Amino acid sequence: MDTRRVSSAVPRVRQVGFFTPNTPAHQPAPTRSQSGPPTSDSPPLSDSPASNSLSPVMIPPPRHLSDNLGGRAYALPVPGRGNAGEHATVGSYNPSESVLWLESPPRSRIGDEELSEGTESSLGWYRRSNSAKVASSLPSGGFDLSQVKQPESVAAVEAKNPLPEKSEAQKEQASNPKSLKAKTTKAERRALQESQRAAKAASKAEANKSNAPGGAASSKPVKQPPQKKDGPPVASSVAASERGVDRPVEKERKKDLPPPRMQFDDESRVGKAKRRSLLNQPEARNRVELFRHLPPHKNASQLPYLESKFFELHEMHPSVYKVGLQYLTGDTSGGNARCIAMLQAFQEAIRDYSTPPEKTLNRDLTSKIGGFVSFLIECRPLSMSMGNAIRFLKSRIARLPLTLSESEAKAALCSDIDRFINEKIVLADKVILRHAATKIRDGDVLLTYGSSCVVEMILLYAHEIGKQFRVVVVDSRPMLEGQKLLRRLVAKGLSCTYTQLNAISYVMHEVTRVFLGASSIFSNGTVYSRVGTASVAMVAHAFHVPVLVCCEAYKFHERVQLDSICFNELGDPDAVSNVPGREDVNYLDNLTDKQKENLQLLNLKYDATPSDYISVIVTDYGMIPPTSVPVIVREYRKEYLLI
Amino acid sequence: MADSALNPTSNVSAYYQTRSSQHAVVTSDWLAQAQAAVSRHTDDGDLLGSDGRAAAIGGRGEGSGKAFSVIDEFNSWRKQPDLAEAVAAIRALAAVIRTSEATTMMELEIELKKASDSLKSWDATSISLTAGCDLFLRYVTRTSALEYEDFNSAKSRLIERAEKFGEISCKARRIIAMLSQDFIFDGCTILVHGFSRVVLEVLKTAAENKKLFRVLCTEGRPDRTGLRFSNELAKLDVPVKLLIDSAVAYTMDEVDMVFVGADGVVESGGIINMMGTFQIALVAHSMNKPVYVAAESYKFARHYPLDQKDMAPALRSIDFGVPIPSKVEVETSARDYTPPQYLSLLFTDLGVLTPSVISDELIQLYL
Repeated sequence: MDTRRVSSAVPRVRQVGFFTPNTPAHQPAPTRSQSGPPTSDSPPLSDSPASNSLSPVMIPPPRHLSDNLGGRAYALPVPGRGNAGEHATVGSYNPSESVLWLESPPRSRIGDEELSEGTESSLGWYRRSNSAKVASSLPSGGFDLSQVKQPESVAAVEAKNPLPEKSEAQKEQASNPKSLKAKTTKAERRALQESQRAAKAASKAEANKSNAPGGAASSKPVKQPPQKKDGPPVASSVAASERGVDRPVEKERKKDLPPPRMQFDDESRVGKAKRRSLLNQPEARNRVELFRHLPPHKNASQLPYLESKFFELHEMHPSVYKVGLQYLTGDTSGGNARCIAMLQAFQEAIRDYSTPPEKTLNRDLTSKIGGFVSFLIECRPLSMSMGNAIRFLKSRIARLPLTLSESEAKAALCSDIDRFINEKIVLADKVILRHAATKIRDGDVLLTYGSSCVVEMILLYAHEIGKQFRVVVVDSRPMLEGQKLLRRLVAKGLSCTYTQLNAISYVMHEVTRVFLGASSIFSNGTVYSRVGTASVAMVAHAFHVPVLVCCEAYKFHERVQLDSICFNELGDPDAVSNVPGREDVNYLDNLTDKQKENLQLLNLKYDATPSDYISVIVTDYGMIPPTSVPVIVREYRKEYLLI
Repeated sequence: MADSALNPTSNVSAYYQTRSSQHAVVTSDWLAQAQAAVSRHTDDGDLLGSDGRAAAIGGRGEGSGKAFSVIDEFNSWRKQPDLAEAVAAIRALAAVIRTSEATTMMELEIELKKASDSLKSWDATSISLTAGCDLFLRYVTRTSALEYEDFNSAKSRLIERAEKFGEISCKARRIIAMLSQDFIFDGCTILVHGFSRVVLEVLKTAAENKKLFRVLCTEGRPDRTGLRFSNELAKLDVPVKLLIDSAVAYTMDEVDMVFVGADGVVESGGIINMMGTFQIALVAHSMNKPVYVAAESYKFARHYPLDQKDMAPALRSIDFGVPIPSKVEVETSARDYTPPQYLSLLFTDLGVLTPSVISDELIQLYL
């Protein structure tokens, strides 16, 4: 946890909307220390819960900053305040749904006190808001609180952003408007923020002109204290500030362009994302420079923390939450499995969804799905298969005719999802089986790498129809996925050989075919798959062994990628140095901290195999050469988006 | 025809047997005579086929009565040396439609499917036969998707299309010849392998356009294709030089381009052609000489061989002229597969294509 934030533990009240000015709105003292504003705000906070039940418009403030609000949708009520003893009828919130939440998996791991508190807070939250019955469209249904909370939480988040900016700006500009802490109207606050941003940009520019390293260095350490960073990142920021001249300029340029995805070497963006992020991720120690643009790995040790946050995430449907946890721990892995799990969770969520009164189903559900997706991204970056499935779902939602009733629309969406899973994954796999099995002859030696579900199916199917062959399973650390595949194949009676990736050129001379799976295939024929696949394909090509990549067509993507660096996923760096089951093998223990500073651990999850090494891609559209991937994308992307 | 009954079981590829017999003996006047003879034959061929054969061979079951006549019909068409296999197959299938008693489109399609399956299984080695059948069936399926009030009008339209297919085949050759003229420049030396009627057309057109070039022909053992080809070229007054197959690498540096036809063009963009094509393509590629393939679009097939042995074996016996001891094995495969990286361009009636476009065309055609 951020110790300095915690010291300013008392949450600040952001009273939004129709707030009457004579309630505890006061000008906080102009002392601009970091703990200043919160303490000055604490009186209103203690007042507000009491006044909450009285004031008809009062919307409880979000949790304080240190809880790292996860996006707009996750603004939370102050726990337990004013809710004690107020859990009578739940109002129009569906009681069965709240019961559902109580029975969801995280419950078993959360203490009773938390449970009751959370429950009370959630129920009380709904009850209170329902009893309010305000014209400003307080919701009366399940997932729609986000709508109400959004405007205020947007303002809250935006208002919070200026805090580090302000503390930085304070050093550079004395005349910073302290009145930000005043309980001004939304419009006034917005104007203030704009002026602050302009001021910040101006100050940046002037810091730029005047010896940028100094300015950058001062700005960075100031921004960093609100976020927890260990020593090395400060060192890296110093290193970064040595390039400081280009960095501020880059940042400004980056601010103009909409970023296609989160670039994690941009300090300011990382800062904002951390504040919004759900997981409390300590900054990774030593990150390889070349891969700093990739999101850092989310440790599975975050699991208990994330579980405890469950009751704060009101908009999160429990099945989506469950799926996210499974991604985080690695229980669900593999493109197809993750995609199916996500789609089924979305199906549940859609079934439980009801449209808030003044919203259209299309837009509201789309934003809801967007919220789910950002949560899942938090747990683990999306795979390509998931990305394509989400695009499909959003386009289906957008294409719903407006004349449909809500239940019809929901039923249509659920059946669309079912159809997608069935056609694009289940049936596609069956077609791939048939095509690929024709390429296996008696006496073949087939090599596979890692654990792909499609390749496993092919091998088992070919064995069932009576082909005589043997399998070489190649595996690699740290994930050692091949061992699971090996167990399943041996259990079915196939004769297998198992080896590690370093022996690939030793084994390759006796291999007749190589079967590989893929996470995605790009438009230039590049195969994006588990790290190590490129090496296997290259060695196979050198030995003139045909390489067959088996991939469903829904995983194709129009992106083009030339190397494995610009887009990838980072795994747990410690897994590289630890050998499970061999505690004596960790040479890093004896290194001093100073030595460890120079050692950077890198654990990549994916790599890109050039199309020259691939002989044929087996898809549900038949066997195609790698050059025909954009043809499939062109011809059939339209098809399923338009049905 | 007795060999129709034997064929499904023997290993010998009927396709290559026929081609070899055609190469060995046919001259253009023989051609004219044969065509005349065949057209006389087929007029009564239908009736004879369905009655006589069914009685004679009998034990194949009811459905084979129709199938039998298909194969019979197909064989009669195939005898014409100038007709491509695929065209013969399509004409045979047109005959099936003509003699069919189906009353709905679905029924007709099922009959056609059965006939085409029997044709394909009769000679499993011929790629263009498979491709032609698939193509026609695809066309039928697509047409039947349209609403026709009258079943008979749909039927007649299909028959008409099938008949036209033969003309399309000849037109295709002319289109290909036209497209390839730009690639033959004055003073060039062309290496040719195998006897392809399309390549012959290309060179004929070039000679007619008064281009100055010379041709090196490989002998093409065991079919002696080179002899036949050089015969034809000599009639056109094109300077021809014959090489034995082993002399290809020796003469490759004086060659400007290699021209071959194709028995089939596969999905990877590679070609299946007479044995020896892969060898020549390898030598040409290593010496940076372009390899051009002339193939009609109905030869595009949905196969994807991964290596030489990944195709159905097509064997034909080789006569060495001297007796071979029985312990010695002979490699009797009649064709090989040339992977796409050794081919420069394909001249087809769809245009001048690179090998990767083949899959694009196939996807558009079949999916």
